[in-house]
Amino acid sequence: MGHRICRLAFALLLPWLCSLAWAEAPKNSTTIESATTADPAPRDLHTILQPLTERSFDKKEAAIRQLAEQDSPRVVPLLNALMDRDLLHWKDQDRIVLGKKVDGDWQLYDPVTEQPLARVGRRDARAVVINNHLRTVINNQLALRSLNSKNSDERYQAANQLIGNLDPDMLAALSQRREVETRSRVLDEITTALNIAALHSDDLTTRLNAIDALGSDLHPTVKNTLNQVLRQSDSEVEKAAARKSIDRIEARIERFQTADTIFFGLSLGSVLLLAAIGLAITFGVMGVINMAHGELIMLGAYTTYVVQQLLPDSHEWSLIIAIPAAFLVSGLVGILIERFVIRYLYGRPLETLLATFGVSLILQQAVRVIFSPLNRTVVTPDWMSGAWQINPVFSLTFNRLYIIFFALTVFLALLTLLKKTRLGLQVRAVSQNRNTARALGIRSERVNALTFGLGSGIAGIAGVALAQLTNVGPNLGQSYIIDSFMVVVFGGVGNLWGTLTAAFGLGIANKFLEPVAGAVLAKIVVLVFIILFIQRKPRGLFPQRGRAAEE
Amino acid sequence: MRHSTFKTALTDRTARHFIGVLFAATLLAVLCNQLFPADSALHVSSYTITLMGKYLCYALLALALDLVWGYCGILSLGHGAFFALGGYAMGMYLMRQIGDRGVYGNPTLPDFMVFLNWKELPWYWHGVDHFWFAALLILLVPGLLAFVFGWLAFRSRVTGVYLSIITQALTYALMLAFFRNELGFGGNNGLTDFKDLLGFSLQADSTRVGLLIASAVALAVAFVLCRWITGSKLGRVVLAVRDAESRARFVGYRTEHYKLWVFTVSAILAGIAGALYVPQVGIINPGEFSPLNSIELVVWVAVGGRATLYGAVIGAIVVNYGKTVFTGLMPEAWLFALGGLFVLVTVFMPQGLTGVVQQNWPKLKARLSRNTDQETSNDCA
Repeated sequence: MGHRICRLAFALLLPWLCSLAWAEAPKNSTTIESATTADPAPRDLHTILQPLTERSFDKKEAAIRQLAEQDSPRVVPLLNALMDRDLLHWKDQDRIVLGKKVDGDWQLYDPVTEQPLARVGRRDARAVVINNHLRTVINNQLALRSLNSKNSDERYQAANQLIGNLDPDMLAALSQRREVETRSRVLDEITTALNIAALHSDDLTTRLNAIDALGSDLHPTVKNTLNQVLRQSDSEVEKAAARKSIDRIEARIERFQTADTIFFGLSLGSVLLLAAIGLAITFGVMGVINMAHGELIMLGAYTTYVVQQLLPDSHEWSLIIAIPAAFLVSGLVGILIERFVIRYLYGRPLETLLATFGVSLILQQAVRVIFSPLNRTVVTPDWMSGAWQINPVFSLTFNRLYIIFFALTVFLALLTLLKKTRLGLQVRAVSQNRNTARALGIRSERVNALTFGLGSGIAGIAGVALAQLTNVGPNLGQSYIIDSFMVVVFGGVGNLWGTLTAAFGLGIANKFLEPVAGAVLAKIVVLVFIILFIQRKPRGLFPQRGRAAEE
Repeated sequence: MRHSTFKTALTDRTARHFIGVLFAATLLAVLCNQLFPADSALHVSSYTITLMGKYLCYALLALALDLVWGYCGILSLGHGAFFALGGYAMGMYLMRQIGDRGVYGNPTLPDFMVFLNWKELPWYWHGVDHFWFAALLILLVPGLLAFVFGWLAFRSRVTGVYLSIITQALTYALMLAFFRNELGFGGNNGLTDFKDLLGFSLQADSTRVGLLIASAVALAVAFVLCRWITGSKLGRVVLAVRDAESRARFVGYRTEHYKLWVFTVSAILAGIAGALYVPQVGIINPGEFSPLNSIELVVWVAVGGRATLYGAVIGAIVVNYGKTVFTGLMPEAWLFALGGLFVLVTVFMPQGLTGVVQQNWPKLKARLSRNTDQETSNDCA
């Protein structure tokens, strides 16, 4: 069983690693040059701006186009100023200047050097009038400039903006850019833009080719445009092609949505795994029902909060400190609980349950008194926010990705600890047969305390992870305790692989039910399922075999 | 050992003492409430009357739990669910009694349904206008749930902590379900704003007194019933199941049938407790299903002492009185006290208060009699 799950885990891990490596690859794309430095003798910007003083929109347009062709850092600010009506016609000198309103007067600046020129009355200067057509031209020219920018983000934005644009100049520029572009995501946008433009071509074959190409494009406008084609086209062939492409897009979106649900399920599952894995040790290995487990998770979350408060300037790496700190805090509290309460109750599981529940009430109330009953917010470091955008309909948020990895790491570390170390050997010996273990010289009391401390410490680590996902409050633990018990019992007590399977299984099941039934009902359905399942198989998915199981 | 019949259960010494003390206290409170004017030092306020009624409902609930936990060894962490279901059944009846006196004045729909824009009454609300039908629901719904749940659980031999955890999951799932508006039980706010019960206004002092007396009678009857069950032949088998289930099974008893029977009776008693509780506090909401309530109930029984029946009653009253006092004086400290109680009782007093008294009773008695002996001898000298 263990091997099969191991293989499954690897099958899940490998694509991740590969795709991560692939995402890092195309970084060497700095060989981009401006494609439109055609004009050999750059003219004085002032001269170029001069026609803007005239009334004719045609002359203004010519001036704008000429301005846009200049290779000067002033071009973009000037075009923007023109859009914002900050470019003025100074009537006295009959020239174009930049202006700003100060107390009803105009403060004028030189358009090239931005030196203050003069201060004139309200009527002595007039904003250059532009119409919608000119606005489009300016926008296009701005987009064109950023399309050839050295910054790939800017190019991406520009290409994205040009989708649906039918201006022949723009399309020519896009085609030109396509030849030299190296970044795949910019290239994708350019292709989308060109294909959508091709839908308006007069040639049916071109249109059909474009429709076919768009069938593998997930950009949100593509589907709308294809639907438009479906409505407006006269040609049956074209309609059929559009329908086929739309179907292809929808099928792909559905597949990606399934992948998205699985991803969310995995992330919920890893939260469950983190919360339950400590319990799997204390409950599964030691047979101790620890109702205070949720509160140990809560203590871990509060430790994260305290560490952040103590190191206010270093949110980026305070998590690295919070993880061992939470392990120590929760682990110590766990050892105290074991020494002062549970020690007296071994062999009486129901009493242990009650006593640890009392401990959980005390811990909760202590936190309420110390930190106030209000929720505390833990700042998420920058490297954990954001998402990995794989395509327009599918993205993986970093915090969830990290939590999945974190949960698996903790799981593997724990497994190694139990299987490969001396402490692990002793823990397993004591859990299988206490008396024999003692007869062989194992100090079972010490092992008990350490095992309980280990399980509690892992609860603390789970708290660090949960603090990144939810608010940190006194009730944080309570909401996870029942789920954690369900996971451990469902997977089979005393079986860590069972816990892993149960956590991911329940997480994914929950997320698949959610869109159908709503979040609360999904949870109820899962609970009822587990209740019924336990009644069919009281020992869980993977029951322990052998003598230990009979006790 | 002779097995007790219902008659002997009624006349045995413990039952007589218990019923005597219960009725004496109730009667005293009622008389002090009715006879003395409000400014008299001996007057018992209506608030206290309702509080006492509430405690008696809790005591009945604790009694129900003691029957399954103390005698049958089933630690149910979901008895609050049966209590709340009984309460909801009563709440539905009380809701229908409001009629058109609600905020929206709708004669056919309760306020919350008008608020949710529902057009007609859901099917499961039909019939609860009649008290007899509501009373039937109070008995049947918790009983049926316990029967089905117990049948599934005991048949597949789910025992010990596993059973405790799935009963907890049961009440948790019910809580989540009842929080939903779509279920038609008022969602988050539950059922409230009740006006009258069987034609008596719930605000009137006489109704409160009546409810207190009804609670006391219910508790007394339930106590005698439990005495009878635990003293009967069936009770002996149930004890055997608690102490050595496998052995009882090998001897030839169908242990799951005995457990199921006791579990169902206990759930019905819990449902009755809930039904009496709701008109006295005037509200029932999904919070009653919360796992915390059920587990708190377990500590009442643990404090009082398991497997004594009267211990559960004493525990429920003592802990709840403590809760009332504590939450009034220093609200922050109550959860510390409750948590400490859980730990102390389980670690140091596994038999509860009654156990401590019972253990020390011979010593105490000896000392008392020695003191009186000395006094008499002193007098003689």
